[in-house]
Amino acid sequence: MTYLAKAALVFAVLGLAACTNGDRFGKLGGGYGANGANGAYGANGYGANGITSGGLNDPTSPAYFQQTVGDRVHFIVDQSSLNPEARQILDGQIRWLNANPDFNATIEGHADEQGTREYNLALGARRAAAVKDYLVAGGVRPNRLQTISYGKERPIALCSDESCYAQNRRAVTVLRAPGM
Amino acid sequence: MRHVQRLTLLAGALAALGTLFAGPGPALAQSGPLKLTITEGVVEPMPFAAPTFVAENGQSADMANKLTRVVVSDLVGTGLFREIPQSAQIAKITSFTSPVQYADWKAINAAALITGAVTVQGNQLNVKFRLHDVFAGQELGQGMQFNGTTDGWRRMAHKVADQVYARITGEKPYFDSRVVFVSETGPKDKRLKRLAIMDYDGANTQYLTDSSSLVLAPRFSPSGNRVLFTSYATGSPRIYMLDVGSVSLREISTGAGDMAFSPRFSPDGNSILYSLTQGGNTDIYLMNLGSGTSQRLTSASSIETGPSFSPDGSKIVFESDRSGTQQLYIMPVSGGEPQRISFGEGRYSTPVWSPRGDMIAFTKQTKGRFHIGVMRTDGSGERLLTASFLDESPTWSPNGRVVMFSRETPGASGTASLYSVDVTGRNLQRVPTPTGASDPSWGPLQK
Repeated sequence: MTYLAKAALVFAVLGLAACTNGDRFGKLGGGYGANGANGAYGANGYGANGITSGGLNDPTSPAYFQQTVGDRVHFIVDQSSLNPEARQILDGQIRWLNANPDFNATIEGHADEQGTREYNLALGARRAAAVKDYLVAGGVRPNRLQTISYGKERPIALCSDESCYAQNRRAVTVLRAPGM
Repeated sequence: MRHVQRLTLLAGALAALGTLFAGPGPALAQSGPLKLTITEGVVEPMPFAAPTFVAENGQSADMANKLTRVVVSDLVGTGLFREIPQSAQIAKITSFTSPVQYADWKAINAAALITGAVTVQGNQLNVKFRLHDVFAGQELGQGMQFNGTTDGWRRMAHKVADQVYARITGEKPYFDSRVVFVSETGPKDKRLKRLAIMDYDGANTQYLTDSSSLVLAPRFSPSGNRVLFTSYATGSPRIYMLDVGSVSLREISTGAGDMAFSPRFSPDGNSILYSLTQGGNTDIYLMNLGSGTSQRLTSASSIETGPSFSPDGSKIVFESDRSGTQQLYIMPVSGGEPQRISFGEGRYSTPVWSPRGDMIAFTKQTKGRFHIGVMRTDGSGERLLTASFLDESPTWSPNGRVVMFSRETPGASGTASLYSVDVTGRNLQRVPTPTGASDPSWGPLQK
């Protein structure tokens, strides 16, 4: 085929992709600070920071959940087990979620960059599932909780040493607005 | 493909050119003293001369020049050949049909000589070439010509270089091939990723998706007409198939599961291997693309991912952390107990079976460093080809002689680039890309 034809075809692909996914984009990004291209799914920090409803002093607000209860737990290298500190934070999440039954949540699992891409995707999923399992064991209905893994694709700390890696090995519980 | 419409021996020209040509015969099989056997012992590149191909008319001069340079670049890029620059050449080739004065090329120690001619008429391009064994004073194989359109000129140059490479080394070639990869822009925490396709040498990059969704790890089909990849287009990782020819894009329906990723085609292109995650557990599945039915190949509570078929389609190699760390395992596609093949110190991942069937390329992490390595399929003969802060995603050249991979630099400003390295560990080269680049998948030699 000629290059001209190929260029036109590439456009066709893009158009198709946009049509197929347009709806989902709007929904997922809506309300919680769509993060723009590639991060549009409430990936960790940006999504969380986008929530503005309510105040820190309002214990029913997402802001309170994020900052006072704590929206994330951390893991040691290659592990998905929950340490005592993580359990304490998750116990707070359980109390909050049980007290605010209109909110659902997506648990985002992440890995640091010291691993291959696909393994880290699976590892992030394992971490998100560990958090979900703990929340469910604490009485949160499983159908309120979704999980997603970003692997090593969305670090929040960018240096390449343990101080950053420790922050990136995380699972973040991102609230979804009532009804979403 | 209309770029290179035909590939013909210069049989018609034989009679007219008389003694210049040896008699008709197989183009590749002719044995002669000009022979480069690719082993680990090859450290001294073979010197060759490629005087600018003869421009057969006025409008061909520019084309002849740039086409010759691509041929030279392909050959020199292997690390197996060394060009004797035109400034050191004492003879000029002004006619493709005149007998070569071998003494002129012996005098500058050129072991091989490539002569060629280029004709541009409108958008039509004709390229002829001959390969000469200078010290034997004769041609190696027959002259060949390629006809096509001018926009396919780089492919024609690659085809000439492929012929030269194949005739001299006895190996299958790989220059006329493409690589699909992930183009990366933006900072590390908000990186934008798009699928892109390019010639094996980094030329002619075209983008296959926009950057609205995170995309990962594209994989070429064996025939090069389709690409599997993982995308977050619906919010969570799912597998998509892009048909490069008809340009249709569809999601592969993998059924229940939180995410599907790590797809790879079977050698016949009719099935795919992939990983499916359910409740935090990741296992490997096999799907028939025709029927859409899936079969679970592993069922362990550990992570099983990165599956790759053996070239005969009978086995798969994959990574698993069932032992506590990532290691490589082989199992029959028909089922059975996986056999661990990696036993060295460190973690092994991203196994890819060589197209020759004899080796497996992998990523290895040990002592805080990443390596691309190869081992035999029984795990013996492990050889690390690279070392850096972060190397991963190896992919084989179509002939199994070269491994391309992605390398990321450390720190907040870290970026990813593509590199290639010979399977012997020599000739590490960066593959130029217009943006950051990761997750290469090397397609087949084009027809």
